[in-house]
Amino acid sequence: MQINKQANGLLSIYFTAGYPSLDSTLDIAEALEKAGADFLEIGFPYSDPVADGPTIQHSSEEALKNGMTLNILFEQLKDLRIRVSIPVYLMGYVNPVIQYGVENFCNKCKEVGVNGTIIPDLPMYEYEELYQDVFKENGISNIFLVTPQTSEARIRKIDDLSTSFIYLLSSNATTGKQLAIQEQSEAYFKRIKDMDLKNPVVIGFGIHDRDTFRKATSYVNGAIVGTAFVKLLAADSYLDKISDFIQGIK
Amino acid sequence: MSKYQVNQKGYYGPFGGAYIPEMLYPNVEELQQQYLSIIEDPSFKEEFEQLLRDYVGRPSPLYPAKRLSEKYGTNIFLKREDLNHTGAHKINNTIGQILLAEKLGKKRIIAETGAGQHGVATATVCALKGLECVVYMGEIDIQRQAPNVARMKMMGATVIAATSGSKTLKDATNEALRDWINNPVDTHYIIGSVVGPHPYPDMVARFQSIISEETRKQLLEKTGKATPDIVMACVGGGSNAAGMFYHFLDDEDVQIIAVEAAGHGVDSGESAATTQLGQEGVLHGSRSILMQTEDGQVIEPYSISAGLDYPGIGPQHAWLFKSGRGTYVSATDEEAMNAGLLLTKLEGIIPAIESSHALAHLEKMTFKGDETVVICLSGRGDKDLDNYMKYFGF
Repeated sequence: MQINKQANGLLSIYFTAGYPSLDSTLDIAEALEKAGADFLEIGFPYSDPVADGPTIQHSSEEALKNGMTLNILFEQLKDLRIRVSIPVYLMGYVNPVIQYGVENFCNKCKEVGVNGTIIPDLPMYEYEELYQDVFKENGISNIFLVTPQTSEARIRKIDDLSTSFIYLLSSNATTGKQLAIQEQSEAYFKRIKDMDLKNPVVIGFGIHDRDTFRKATSYVNGAIVGTAFVKLLAADSYLDKISDFIQGIK
Repeated sequence: MSKYQVNQKGYYGPFGGAYIPEMLYPNVEELQQQYLSIIEDPSFKEEFEQLLRDYVGRPSPLYPAKRLSEKYGTNIFLKREDLNHTGAHKINNTIGQILLAEKLGKKRIIAETGAGQHGVATATVCALKGLECVVYMGEIDIQRQAPNVARMKMMGATVIAATSGSKTLKDATNEALRDWINNPVDTHYIIGSVVGPHPYPDMVARFQSIISEETRKQLLEKTGKATPDIVMACVGGGSNAAGMFYHFLDDEDVQIIAVEAAGHGVDSGESAATTQLGQEGVLHGSRSILMQTEDGQVIEPYSISAGLDYPGIGPQHAWLFKSGRGTYVSATDEEAMNAGLLLTKLEGIIPAIESSHALAHLEKMTFKGDETVVICLSGRGDKDLDNYMKYFGF
């Protein structure tokens, strides 16, 4: 499965590496692919996740308590391409990446077969000035976010800088706000659709069931479910429930 | 343009910038584009100066501390920010930012607070202007600082407990940022220190720069000298220090000393001496120096002084430190408490424990006798009586 402009109805799932247990990362990724997820975002935890609501904050805290670090995550991901074939993006905050070394980080992503990164607090200006070259050298796509308040000129610039897909936020909010998709968000999705961007677009934040998924994907190429899935991981035998969860949405 | 001030892109050397998620971009961009034209507008300046004079009680005195000077064998002046309304320098910034928020047409104000001083200063200006006020405060700090919580509530503010992470200042800041993400249109976030994404470090430093602006004038009147030999201040995030240093940065012969909180000792594992213990990184929207693990997780600092208990420092301080323009030192809990008691006995002034850290460094300095030293007495010690009582058993 490719994330391209022709694809539609793509479902991506976010989960936090190291949650609910340190070694759960690849088991969850594998189960998600089997269940029919089209691509994945694996979160690397951070102590101060300002863009996240309580559910993902909690999963990050637990993952850190379980001992998750970028070193350990890359160690676990050595088997990624043996067990998982769909595209995988790493998602997290910029400070652990800086501390790991941006070049090391990109080298490792390439080595283990990660397709790209989503780093919400790494803005376009800083990415372009400081890091774009090293991402490009390693063939790592950095994904940028677009919100209902992002200006058209800025969206065009993001479209120019992007090499994989654009992450459209359904509303200006932290993760996990289960907002009904309102008429105004549909107008915003339509506005984006009509811009006819070069890159595929997927919608995230607030997508949590079949209804919100269908509405979102009627305008763009796909949608991302995060908080609703992370909640499922708190259950016993969560691996057995993944298939039903995916089928309930897609 | 001074090499120690922010450049057009929001950087001080390699530090600063605006490392914020896209959700905050419109708010921060609005500020970046408008803050200078607003605060340099004559009508803004006039109201700012009027409130600082008639409401805050400025200018604050530059007090020649005679007995303290005799003790250390030099000439020590205290810049008396402790005499401001609400008891500290924090009000200089909140007055500036509330006027800015009004000009931007914002209806709702949010703030973070650690010990409650900035929360009180924010609730105060919101009462003054009749604006809605929400203050985020760590759950643990709410328990430790009941009188300040009461002050904020009396002034009509809503105090919301930050229950994530370590439940202190760092987490209160995270919650305030989350609030701002979720309320992007009508809300202004009054950050209390020279931290956060550009333009906050510069904006807050400008509002606090009244401290050094007055100091220059007062020193000239009192001594005939254009500049002191040494200026000193304590640093948590660093707002009183930024204000104390501001108008002396380009006078390279003025020595700048910043005192961080060493807690139980720099190497004790319970410290907030960021420049000694930290590495470069990004926290709360700017690139600076912060206390963190090898994996880039932010470490919870410790100091007896809640106002210095922050794991980072403002980007301008990181630059002053790295460029060598400033000397960054530290004082332990014990050194600070003793310095606070000494000032009380010698001068009849009970300092905030934050300010006591700056005073504590005097013990480690050697003087020839003819120096002029200005120390920013950033706040009064009323809020700390409990701590002083417990520590000394009064």
